[in-house]
Amino acid sequence: MIKTDQIHSTACDLMSKAAIEIPEDYHDGLERAAATEDGSLASFVLQAMLENYAVAKEDGRAMCGDTGVPRWFVKLGNDSRIEGGMCALETALRRATAEATNGVPLRPNRVHPLWRTDHNNNVGIGAPEIEYAFEPEGDWVDLITVHKGGLFGTDYRMLFPADGIQGVRRFYLDSLLAFGKRGLACQPAIVGIGLGGSKDTCMTLGKRASTLRVVGSRNPDPRIAELEDSFRELGNSIGMGAMGFAGKHMVIDCHIEVGYCHTGGLPMSVHAFCLSSRRAVARLFPGGRVEHRVDPDWFTPYQRRETVDWPFEREGSEQEAAE
Amino acid sequence: MTPRQVRLSTTPGPAEIAALSLGDIVYLDGLLYTAREGVYRRALEERSPIPIELPGDSATNFHCSPAATIRKDGSYEMGAVTATASFRFAKWLPEWMARTGAKLVIGKGGMTSKDYNEYFVPNGAVYLSTVGYGTGALLGRGIENVEAVHWQEELGLAQALWVIRCRGMGPFIVASNLDGECLFERENAKIAENVARVYAGTKPAVLKRFGEIDDRADEVI
Repeated sequence: MIKTDQIHSTACDLMSKAAIEIPEDYHDGLERAAATEDGSLASFVLQAMLENYAVAKEDGRAMCGDTGVPRWFVKLGNDSRIEGGMCALETALRRATAEATNGVPLRPNRVHPLWRTDHNNNVGIGAPEIEYAFEPEGDWVDLITVHKGGLFGTDYRMLFPADGIQGVRRFYLDSLLAFGKRGLACQPAIVGIGLGGSKDTCMTLGKRASTLRVVGSRNPDPRIAELEDSFRELGNSIGMGAMGFAGKHMVIDCHIEVGYCHTGGLPMSVHAFCLSSRRAVARLFPGGRVEHRVDPDWFTPYQRRETVDWPFEREGSEQEAAE
Repeated sequence: MTPRQVRLSTTPGPAEIAALSLGDIVYLDGLLYTAREGVYRRALEERSPIPIELPGDSATNFHCSPAATIRKDGSYEMGAVTATASFRFAKWLPEWMARTGAKLVIGKGGMTSKDYNEYFVPNGAVYLSTVGYGTGALLGRGIENVEAVHWQEELGLAQALWVIRCRGMGPFIVASNLDGECLFERENAKIAENVARVYAGTKPAVLKRFGEIDDRADEVI
């Protein structure tokens, strides 16, 4: 049994960690970009960002004044049990979000879309989002918080098989140019692309591709991995850098996730995870152990499964582990 | 080449503003205030009296919502500050600048050269962009004190009018000048040279969108 108190306290830690500490994989990616950026203004910007990460950590301040819109991704091992059930978990996450907003502090960004009501705690109707996934093994719970920026750098388009890969390439470039100018996308960013699914899952896939995969990770389909490499290079060959200034680095990495879609369509979404790529991850075990890690490890083979049944029976996988 | 660095007052004189060049890096001293759509609406559309003396107290308008909280004892805690995109405020800025005498507008992404020529230059004002975006922790270090927060009841913490005393707050980048030139448009022009090359081999999407077709009587296929 995983205790509600522990979920709450770990969630509070994750909220402040996400806001204050730049994830290691993104930091290293940006450092590599800064080392080779030759546009003088773009280069100044990247150096200032690296300094900003250090100051944020030293002072315990949020990296950016816009601390994004906090959300949660929860993954449960099939054998996990939550004290008080899943509604208790949701309350603990909402409480942690509100407390961290006033504690860190974060910017209370969430308002009612029409009445602009602000509870000053980032909690409201549908906020924070809490999304779930499951894994066939394990008695643990993964808590992942992502505080993605909410305004620019994201777009969706229904393409068609006739548009093909060149159409995908074109919409990718459209999104980078549209939101890269004046730096609205807060690049260089981790760019996530969702291909396929229904309209809503297409958006979800792209958002998760940008926020739940680490820099350097590649899609297990070798042809998609190749596309990720080539799109990363393509984005960096536009000649646009940080803040839309002339430069060489627009895309720290490009991640593509796919889902099966309607036979007539090729829906596509593009998402940019900004210069303060706020994410934090921890796994909670029954008995109180908590392990923090960098990689959300969201897209496991199980999440990307194509078959009706999950091929590995429980006994089978134990046997495999024993071997 | 490292950009030139300048220390500037938040109530700068005409000569100091005239000396600024596109791409200069600026650090600010003095009082500045945050104002964005919430404050503009309340002050300009609802005609509520502006609760501070402008430009006497400050001639610097920051398009910002801080990551801040008001403690139980009424004091303020401000962690990080960064700008929000300014182009959305073009609707209110001409009147705001005329009424408040703002000389420095700080935000994200700048305005168009049309905006600069129409109401920045005539007001003797320039635009400073935050860096990044955003160097929220660095800017947070430049805050000496939160002097006041107005209209937080009416507008919420994010939209309230915060009055901040800053010392060496920066970096900011000079993004417009008194000739009405725009740093971002200058950079866009450099990038425009590459557009045809990166798009080579691609065709417009099969299904168009309004916007790609401007006649709403037309269809998108």
